[in-house]
Amino acid sequence: MSVGTRQYGRKTSHSEPGPGDGGRTGSWRVARPVMDPAVCIPARRGAPACFICWLYCPDGVISRTVPPKIDYEYCKGCGICAEECPTKAITMVDESCFIQTGGGEK
Amino acid sequence: MHIIESGNAAAAIGVKLSRAQVIAAYPITPQTPLTERLSELVESGEMDAQYIPVESEHSALAVCIAASTTGARAFTATSANGLLYMHEQIHWAAGARLPLVMCVVNRGVGAPWTIWNDHQDSISQRDTGWMQLYVNDHQQIIDGVIKAFMLAEEVMIPIMVCYDGYLLSHTYMPFEVPSQDMVDAFLPPYRPAYALDPDRPANLNTVTLPDVRQDTAGRTAHGYMEIRYLLQEDLLKAADAMDAVENRFREHFGRGGDPFFETYRCEDARFIAVSLGSLSYHLREVIDRLRDEGVKAGIMSIHLYRPFPAAAIAGGLSRAEGVIVFEKALSYGYEGALCSDIKAALYPAGGSKRKMPFVHNYILGLGGREIKTVQLYEAMRNSCTRGTKIETTPQWVGLKI
Repeated sequence: MSVGTRQYGRKTSHSEPGPGDGGRTGSWRVARPVMDPAVCIPARRGAPACFICWLYCPDGVISRTVPPKIDYEYCKGCGICAEECPTKAITMVDESCFIQTGGGEK
Repeated sequence: MHIIESGNAAAAIGVKLSRAQVIAAYPITPQTPLTERLSELVESGEMDAQYIPVESEHSALAVCIAASTTGARAFTATSANGLLYMHEQIHWAAGARLPLVMCVVNRGVGAPWTIWNDHQDSISQRDTGWMQLYVNDHQQIIDGVIKAFMLAEEVMIPIMVCYDGYLLSHTYMPFEVPSQDMVDAFLPPYRPAYALDPDRPANLNTVTLPDVRQDTAGRTAHGYMEIRYLLQEDLLKAADAMDAVENRFREHFGRGGDPFFETYRCEDARFIAVSLGSLSYHLREVIDRLRDEGVKAGIMSIHLYRPFPAAAIAGGLSRAEGVIVFEKALSYGYEGALCSDIKAALYPAGGSKRKMPFVHNYILGLGGREIKTVQLYEAMRNSCTRGTKIETTPQWVGLKI
């Protein structure tokens, strides 16, 4: 540790709104939600629709865009999006698959 | 103005004069008349505060934690098992660095049930990160409450003002009540650096990981260990803050002046008794009698127990031949907690020759067992004449087994 926290100012644990205050929580993930655009409603229609995954994601890491995007930097891999998706467009894939193929961040 | 009132009333008047804004408490003997008085003062409009009735002591302290987090000056009070029921929130308030003031009206702890006085309740909360002040009479109760708010808000650490159940809480004594103007000139309003604010939202006391972390602004924020280190560091510094508060109080009100402890006939004493609370004044009778008999004895009454002003206490005791610690509490399986603390304080004072006074420990008055002056006299007399024999287990006084 090169820089200490002496100058931090506060003397408690104090989090302000913003990404990453709990660290890069994507590293906690053991299973990755992977979205199939051929099945996802807004991706298939090319129009804003559904967004059930965006609504349910407890960490706010799914965008309300066409198609929805998942921020793997912070996605903890809880799997709620996959559970809630009405068309089963999201599949939870074991992270070890990405390590073996060299794809994605660890 | 001098009035004659109970110790609980003295505490309530101190809270009113300190302009506490939120009070949440659950009644428990012998604290009950204190919270009753406060609820009456709020109900009658004499006190501009929110009195929040709760269903438990755990909730009482939770309400105070929330109130203090919004920037309000908050107060609670309890005794015995009520204090123990708060225990989880007691740790929380210290870690969250909230300057709460709590009166602990000392009572023994069950099982078996007892409603009478000893010190086991507050002593068992010694290691929570709160400051602890023990006071000996009604004047010290009202003054202690006012000083406690100032000290707590300066160092941002909560504090317990501890006084003996019944012996002080329910007895009537004359004491000086300062005017509101005098107290206002001494104690400024509470203005924390951060108070919960919808325009500056924050998540407080969030989960910490074992290591430090980057906050949203990219600065390295404390981990758990740094936050706990800062509590310890600031607690140790709080003894100096207490000294300053006491000096300010004496200059402003013209009384007080003993931030850490109060001594009686200790100047040339070969044997010094040590205790907490009203027992110290009881022991003065014994000291006078021993002095009449030619035994150079004195009594040190500890006011500030946490942070423990170890160097000052050792300075006051190290030249004595013997230190005799009288305690209404026990670290079960060892000895009185105060006795252990005194021994530890004396260790560096012993120097390379390891010369230090013998320390004897007497446990007495548990569950309100009557403490007779003659028993205190015999214990002191015994320790003063037995020589320097080292004892490893405490002696019990007044035990009928």
